Amino acid sequence: MKLEEEASVMTTATVKPFEREPTLEILLETPEGRRILTCIQCGICAGTCPYGEVMDYPPRRIIGLLRAGMLEEALSNESLLSCVGCYACMAKCPRGIRLTEVLLPVVKEEVFLRLPEIPRELKRALDNTLRYGNPMGAPPSKRAEWVKTSEVPIRVLPQDPRPVDVLWITECYPSYTPRGQEVCRATAKVFHLLGMDFAILGNEERCVGECIRLLGETGLFESLTDHNMATFRKYRFHRIVTSGAHAYDALKHQYPAVGFHYEVEHTTPFLARHLEQLKPMLTKKLNYTVTYHDSCCLGRHNGFYEEPRMLLRAIPGVRLVEMTHNRINALCCGGGGGGMWLDAYYKAKGYERLSERRVREAVATGADVLAISCPYELSRFEDALKVLGYDQKMMVRDVVELLAEAIAA
Amino acid sequence: MLNIMVLVKLVPDVVEELEIASDGRSLDPASVRLILNERDEHALEEALLLKERHGGTVTVVALDVPEVDDVLFTALAKGADRAVKISGVEAGLSTWAIAGALAKALTSSGLVPVDLILTGVQAIDDLDGQTGPIVARLLELPYVGMVCRVEVDVEAHKAVVIREYAGGVTGTFEVSLPAVLGIQSAEKPPRYVPVAKVRAAMKTQQLESVPVPGQGESSSVEILQMAKLEVTGGAVMLEGSPEEIAERIWDLLKERGLV
Repeated sequence: MKLEEEASVMTTATVKPFEREPTLEILLETPEGRRILTCIQCGICAGTCPYGEVMDYPPRRIIGLLRAGMLEEALSNESLLSCVGCYACMAKCPRGIRLTEVLLPVVKEEVFLRLPEIPRELKRALDNTLRYGNPMGAPPSKRAEWVKTSEVPIRVLPQDPRPVDVLWITECYPSYTPRGQEVCRATAKVFHLLGMDFAILGNEERCVGECIRLLGETGLFESLTDHNMATFRKYRFHRIVTSGAHAYDALKHQYPAVGFHYEVEHTTPFLARHLEQLKPMLTKKLNYTVTYHDSCCLGRHNGFYEEPRMLLRAIPGVRLVEMTHNRINALCCGGGGGGMWLDAYYKAKGYERLSERRVREAVATGADVLAISCPYELSRFEDALKVLGYDQKMMVRDVVELLAEAIAA
Repeated sequence: MLNIMVLVKLVPDVVEELEIASDGRSLDPASVRLILNERDEHALEEALLLKERHGGTVTVVALDVPEVDDVLFTALAKGADRAVKISGVEAGLSTWAIAGALAKALTSSGLVPVDLILTGVQAIDDLDGQTGPIVARLLELPYVGMVCRVEVDVEAHKAVVIREYAGGVTGTFEVSLPAVLGIQSAEKPPRYVPVAKVRAAMKTQQLESVPVPGQGESSSVEILQMAKLEVTGGAVMLEGSPEEIAERIWDLLKERGLV
């Protein structure tokens, strides 16, 4: 069955993607959509896009086609699979068009529905996220296994549902991957030493879904938000702190539309806010030269450029050096917008792996530690360092890991 | 035009650890979540590819078990035309009994004849691989299993199928239609269907239900005991510098007379 036929069958259903034809008129019903008309076709978006040179339809062309009523041409092209949701185009747009926030998700949703074939590794990640609530297809009943290896006690809400101050959302990669679990243990240790009243959702936690949305799999994102909102409603807590930069972004900007009303913070800015309390504990000298990679979600989208740097500078013996591209100009690790599950696809297309591009720049600073604050970056940069043969030269550490290390036992 | 039926089975999802029930003869239902058998997902994919090529319809048939609705709506969202649940089949029956029930229900409900019946060549729960052949026998149709490629000549009522053998050997067979094919793998990996389309299918399409007529089937094979594999021996993790580990490996090989 062709898509047009399907669309006509489904117009009676109350399902958004089919009710809404992605025409200029529909987009222009919103103030944000109308701002697209102000595009001056300068092409900064395409120029700043990390995959701009390989994209047939970078944002500039999409807007051009949209205005010319020829959007279908761009929607039937898979080039937007190369959009890694890094907010670079949006941060640089001289007209302030909210590309990554508003235009690209709408367009990518339609591209996704038209894709003749979904790359295999991406399909697996999406199937897994729908079924198991994590992209790697790990058993939901093992999500909180790492808690057994924690040095400090961790309350798991389903086992102890008393009200709690901070609900800590660890997210998928930290919960299941060995390196991510090390970050979890470090985070738990710091939270504990700060005297926080915190708990996790344990095996009831599921993927928050930010990348699923930015990839364009809106239906799956909706199932995740439904599920997670129902879980949040089961427990009483005051605020959320999450280890996931992408989770933070979605909870902050997308979940309010489905009734989410909690205060939410990411661990790095959260700990920066508690720096005065942390400082007396940071007594161990680390002797590292550190360069910090700004995560797209924390940096460009939410403006947390200084918080991680404040934390790093507070660690005795840490010398902070900057990469050529830092803060608003930081190069994306390539993991966002579904890029995490498209490595083989990009490789087959002959694209450079963005994490390798970034790691070369990090190594060039002479630093021996690449500090990060987004769970995706841990595996992406560690892999890139190994691929390029720099793994003896540089190590990747979450900012929280460095803090925990500087707290003498 | 090609009318295709796909017989699918739900099997225990082995991502979660399975537990044995207190009767010692079955799985603890609390530990089991059902999932579409992988080979059946390939059978559905092959059916959809054939429909795209030749036109016609795809009817998906499954036993009425927990979570079957999700599987059937997903099949409809992928492009199947009808989805049918066969009700009244007891859990835990043998392949013979299930194939018998399927054949009876398909005949009595008028769901057959069709041009082609596809099913996964094997399911991971019993690795029996007999449902396809027995259904074919009961419906008096030819059967070819381990199929990884199907070319249909609609006019001539025949199909040329490629069957996979061990060691990378394949065989090409011609089979007259209607026929039953046990699918090893589809030509392409099974497609992804966006969740929005599944949700739309749930709102706009219906699942059909067909009971098995007459007396319930009984099994001639009974499960006496089910047990987890015993873990024997253990692994020794060697630690130390690469040199120390290499030396230890060398000693171990010498100790066991392997070098």
